Amino acid sequence: MSVVKRTFDAVIVGAGGAGLRAALQLSEAGMKTAVLTKVFPTRSHTVAAQGGVAASLGNSTEDNWHWHMYDTVKGSDWLGDQDAIEFMCRKANEVVVELEHYGMPFDRTDNGKIYQRPFGGHSQNYGQSPVSRSCAAADRTGHAMLHALYQRNVRANTQFFVEWMALDLIRDGDGNVLGVTALEMETGEVCIFHCKATIFATGGAGRIYHSSTNAFINTGDGVGMAARAGIPLEDMEFWQFHPTGVAGAGVLITEGVRGEGGILRNGSGERFMERYAPNLKDLASRDVVSRAMTTEINEGRGCGPDKDYVLLDITHLAPETIMKRLPGIHEIAMQFAGVDPIKEPIPVVPTCHYQMGGIPTNYKGQVVVPKDGNPNTPVVGFYAAGECACASVHGANRLGTNSLLDLLVFGKSAGETVVEDFTSGNLSLRPLPADAADVSLARLARLESQTNGESVFDVGLEMRRTMQKHAGVFRFDALLKEGVARIKDVAERAKTTEIKDKSKVWNTARIEALELDNLIEVARATIVSAEARKESRGAHVRDDAPDTAEFPNGRNDGEWLKHTLWYSDGDRLDYKPVNLKPMNDDTKPIVLAKRTY
Amino acid sequence: MMINRGRLRWQCRRALLELDLVFKRFLERDFDQLDDQQLVALEELLRLEDHDLWAIVNGSKPSRDGREGAIVALLRAP
Ligand SMILES: Cc1cc2nc3c(=O)[nH]c(=O)nc-3n(C[C@H](O)[C@H](O)[C@H](O)COP(=O)(O)OP(=O)(O)OC[C@H]3O[C@@H](n4cnc5c(N)ncnc54)[C@H](O)[C@@H]3O)c2cc1C
Repeated sequence: MSVVKRTFDAVIVGAGGAGLRAALQLSEAGMKTAVLTKVFPTRSHTVAAQGGVAASLGNSTEDNWHWHMYDTVKGSDWLGDQDAIEFMCRKANEVVVELEHYGMPFDRTDNGKIYQRPFGGHSQNYGQSPVSRSCAAADRTGHAMLHALYQRNVRANTQFFVEWMALDLIRDGDGNVLGVTALEMETGEVCIFHCKATIFATGGAGRIYHSSTNAFINTGDGVGMAARAGIPLEDMEFWQFHPTGVAGAGVLITEGVRGEGGILRNGSGERFMERYAPNLKDLASRDVVSRAMTTEINEGRGCGPDKDYVLLDITHLAPETIMKRLPGIHEIAMQFAGVDPIKEPIPVVPTCHYQMGGIPTNYKGQVVVPKDGNPNTPVVGFYAAGECACASVHGANRLGTNSLLDLLVFGKSAGETVVEDFTSGNLSLRPLPADAADVSLARLARLESQTNGESVFDVGLEMRRTMQKHAGVFRFDALLKEGVARIKDVAERAKTTEIKDKSKVWNTARIEALELDNLIEVARATIVSAEARKESRGAHVRDDAPDTAEFPNGRNDGEWLKHTLWYSDGDRLDYKPVNLKPMNDDTKPIVLAKRTY
Repeated sequence: MMINRGRLRWQCRRALLELDLVFKRFLERDFDQLDDQQLVALEELLRLEDHDLWAIVNGSKPSRDGREGAIVALLRAP
């Protein structure tokens, strides 16, 4: 099969918030830039974000980046790198104001400033009282952000390749990155995108779990491609579970419902959160509520025939309050739980929401790997930003509204670094190896000729169920160990999946098979890394690492204050130090402490 | 004009999980039975922004015409 080659200065894979922000930097600097995306840019998953984007503008309450930095480090359970966190919090105002200038319709205060509202985990004065730090555009923040960035990119002549799926990363013998192979859905052709700089901004992989708030598009393609090409994945054991996903469907029910007085109840109707968090009750932080719910279910106090969910009760609220203050909840409950929330409580379970780990980068957006004794050596020509990357600002647990900020700050930073490297002549168009497309062509040929294989759906289902059961909210040593073996088995089965539809154009079955390859890499990385980390930290909570005087919250800094690096080849694990030193000498580090709220 | 069914099938992948779930059922149950007229109506619907599309599907906004309404009825059917 002959493979067409296209040449660009830079190729960006992904047109969500991170990809569009990076692309803008490049196109405005005059670089010839291609952006590849599986779906139309403004249908990227960033559209789903409603809560807002964090910035210490201080428009509604006094605020500054030091406080934001403290909250983020503490939220990360000290696994976040403090140089990257300082960088993000200091840049927040700049990138949000920039977005305002691009035409983002932020909500306004009476005197015309960007209106800000409070959000869990964000505080004033180092944890003392809640702060209003989230900037939103009604309940369409992500949507408005993508539109503003997309329009700006069109103006800057960014070239979009819409409905193209990147398949594999191309590296030369020295490990330099030379671009990607990609499949054009409309023709079924494979093409090489040859370039000086490749930026991955492919989003998260929340679809590895059975119960997920993520849309179907979140299949971790960039993370999978990087892993297959020998790049290690960082801190993949850390996944944030949102307490209230609709049981069976996963659709997110916003925290606002509990904010308005919604109560969680177990099988006997008890308001169980009173036992777990006597002060904050149903409004305790995401991980605390998720674990309490899981304990109720595991100990047989769940609801329904299989006792496998709990109930979110708002029947005591006035119907007008529900319709006015909680728009959308009525529709979601009716459609996905078949209940009218005014009359009946909604079945909910903790649901996979956000991937904290990813492709390791520094705060400049360069992908970094261990080499010659330096754990953070940049890979020439390779950059990443957004949910697929691990900078690492979220560490073991992300704060709400910090992800949209991450997209803007590190999307821009990756773009700036590429422009710098490009203009200073550090980047060159390196020769393509003769076999540049072979891996991708072999994957496609395998699908073409496979007979007697299992369906992609069945193997995917087995992966999602295994991850849900063995690497969920609460983790148990025996379950993790069994889960590792099971996922390895599922990974073997994924190598012989069969698709019945062999047509060339718009073959969604083929796309789903290729996506499964990426999901499998992420699932393996997650469960192997989780099994190995013998402590509790942030979102990774092990039953055999409980809260003790010696190890508060089960966290063991002596042994485990380090980033995991998982290599796909042989499921090999390595570790690297956490950077506890801020970027600037005169910024005080946030010293280790127990994480309590 | 020929509408490629594969393309429409792919474009049912949306940014909101709410819509993915609705379209999953629709693709399994109804999609193969659609005639050309209905495919045109579906194509129109899929051009909408996701939040607007979801509002129409969940009934909080009306459909824009009868042809669209017929597709929306299929999407809404349990
Ligand atoms: C329901 C929900 C609500 C949320 N609310 C908030 C919030 O209020 N505040 C907040 O800060 N965070 C929120 N988050 C998290 C946040 O929305 C995401 O982390 C963020 O939008 C990810 O953006 P991204 O640019 O990294 O990726 P995405 O927006 O997911 O974009 C990924 C892009 O990559 C493309 N792509 C992927 N694979 C390939 C491939 N193989 N080839 C070509 N293109 C590819 C896709 O087409 C897409 O364009 C929420 C998440 C969810 C699920």
